[in-house]
Amino acid sequence: MFYRENGQFKTSYRADQQILPILQDRIAMLVLLVVGFAVVPMLASDYIFRAILIPFLIFSLAAVGVNILVGFCGQISLGSGAFMAVGAYAAYNFFVRIDGMPLILALLLGGVCAMLFGMVFGLPSLRVKGLYLAVATLAAQFFADWLFLRVQWFTNNSSSGSVSVNNLQVFGLSLESPVAKYWFCLVLLSVIALLAKNLVRGAVGREWMAIRDMDVAAAVIGIRPMFAKLSAFAVSSFVVGVAGGLWAFIYLGAWEPAAFSVDQSFKLLFMVIIGGMGSIMGSFFGAAFIVVLPIALNLFLPAITSLFGFEISTASVSHAELMVFGGLIVWFLIVEPHGLAKLWAIGKQKLRLWPFPH
Amino acid sequence: MAFFLETLLGGLMAGMLYSLVALGFVLIYKASGVFNFAQGAMVLFAALAMARFSEWIPALGITDFVAVNLLAFVLAGAVMFVVAWIIERLVLRHLVNQEGTTLLMATLGITYFLEGLGQSIFGSSIYKIDIGMPKDPVMILESAFQGGILINKEDFYAAIIAATLVALLSLFFQKTGTGRALRAVADDHQAAQSIGIPLNRIWVIVWCVAGVVALVAGMIWGSKLGVQFSLTTVALRALPVVILGGLTSVPGAIVGGLIIGVGEKLSEVYIGPMVGGGIEIWFAYVLALGFLLIRPQGLFGEKIIDRV
Repeated sequence: MFYRENGQFKTSYRADQQILPILQDRIAMLVLLVVGFAVVPMLASDYIFRAILIPFLIFSLAAVGVNILVGFCGQISLGSGAFMAVGAYAAYNFFVRIDGMPLILALLLGGVCAMLFGMVFGLPSLRVKGLYLAVATLAAQFFADWLFLRVQWFTNNSSSGSVSVNNLQVFGLSLESPVAKYWFCLVLLSVIALLAKNLVRGAVGREWMAIRDMDVAAAVIGIRPMFAKLSAFAVSSFVVGVAGGLWAFIYLGAWEPAAFSVDQSFKLLFMVIIGGMGSIMGSFFGAAFIVVLPIALNLFLPAITSLFGFEISTASVSHAELMVFGGLIVWFLIVEPHGLAKLWAIGKQKLRLWPFPH
Repeated sequence: MAFFLETLLGGLMAGMLYSLVALGFVLIYKASGVFNFAQGAMVLFAALAMARFSEWIPALGITDFVAVNLLAFVLAGAVMFVVAWIIERLVLRHLVNQEGTTLLMATLGITYFLEGLGQSIFGSSIYKIDIGMPKDPVMILESAFQGGILINKEDFYAAIIAATLVALLSLFFQKTGTGRALRAVADDHQAAQSIGIPLNRIWVIVWCVAGVVALVAGMIWGSKLGVQFSLTTVALRALPVVILGGLTSVPGAIVGGLIIGVGEKLSEVYIGPMVGGGIEIWFAYVLALGFLLIRPQGLFGEKIIDRV
């Protein structure tokens, strides 16, 4: 009833090509931004910020990055955790070794380092495809694990690679309170997500998608596979690297290489698959799902089992968590292999007709 | 020279153990096109089952060492059969004709599920499997080299068990009717189905075989390292073996395992000290990557033909 584009005529190419062509979508996005920037900080408690909102924002950013590579360019990567690690440790080095280095610049430079690292490990994609490539990207993961554990220079000579940052500031404003951290992450996420959305709508994005759908055919019609694949690796690992920097600096504060283990890579891939491959929106859904699920399970599992009259130990909760997590992933893949974004699209389609069936 | 040979032999024997895990990957990929990330979890699950059964069985009054281990092995095998059947029934059947990545993700889900389930049922501390493998090292070729070559007996027996298993599997694939059906399914799903080979049953069989391979791998690795959660990482160590040898080739898994095993040991001994050690894991991957750049389908994999 309300969600109709009837009567919204496009009279210029600009109007036709905007990101959100339907007026209601633009209003919804505006409301979402206002809620995100103003309403949520007023309502949320410190715990919600630390446990849910900040991880959600950072993982969304990382998932956007991974989605560019996996969802748009079709190159499966199991090395995203490594790109995060490179982003985090490079940002750390810039931040600590250079006096007066602004935080944002350090994070972006960390992203650039992750980009270079990603391009080097993206080179095999020119020759190796599919599952072989997925395994090959694990090389990046294990190499990064080793690098930050064993090569002392990268971790400022601290033993076992554990480092910490404190006294973070942006433009003279302290980043100590959860609200400030939240805003900082939200601003970065909004800007990068907008850029990413525009990239995938543009010429480069179309090249990526052509390569994803059929790389030989794409090469035949004049798309350079080398440029397309390497640019996807570069953009993706830059975004993931910045997200890694945020994860380390803003969320963890003190971290060691194990924070970016292969589990992290799997998690990011789950987000992309569950959220929806080839959809920027889907990355947000996926991140929300993966961040909230373990917390919800932790909260509800003991409650549910006590309903049936027996206590459940912490160890059993963590095992049950693994099982539910795995089961849900399989169930999702069976029921909706195209992810939450597809459900969202179906819902929107239904909404246009509502309240009529046809 | 003796030291070099010693490292080389150690590498070869470690390589056989990797091939054992890699074999599980290859079997399932060949028959169903599923890249089974859950192989590591299956190894852990099987090893946990075996370890716990061999603890529980003596309580029933059977105390003979061989009987206990044999019974535990059979029971664990039965458990793996049930697991294979459930996986086929609940997961694979519903994911027929999906893309490779979707199937890969599904097996990742199975991985988490099996890890949780195994630890809920069998407990999560460290258990040990004792199948009577001798632990003491022996010297050989003392006449040829000064000091001889030190060989770990346990590794040696493990390598022999692995080799036997591989031989049995190739006999099974080449000489039995079921094996022929498996090869037919591996070649072409549709053609196999059209001549009356039941795909679902074949998949159950393949997952069972992979489960038994996982059980043997879990038994050997478990008696070597102890049965604990970190056993799942064995699968990550075996992945470069699979892609090096080629996803579709059983001999590839063996040769790949040997190359990776030797490469790892030699690199750790000769390059490791220069860069701070601990390079085993990523060196295996980089080695595999190097081979892939020359042959993108692995050493023995089927040539990948792109059609538009």
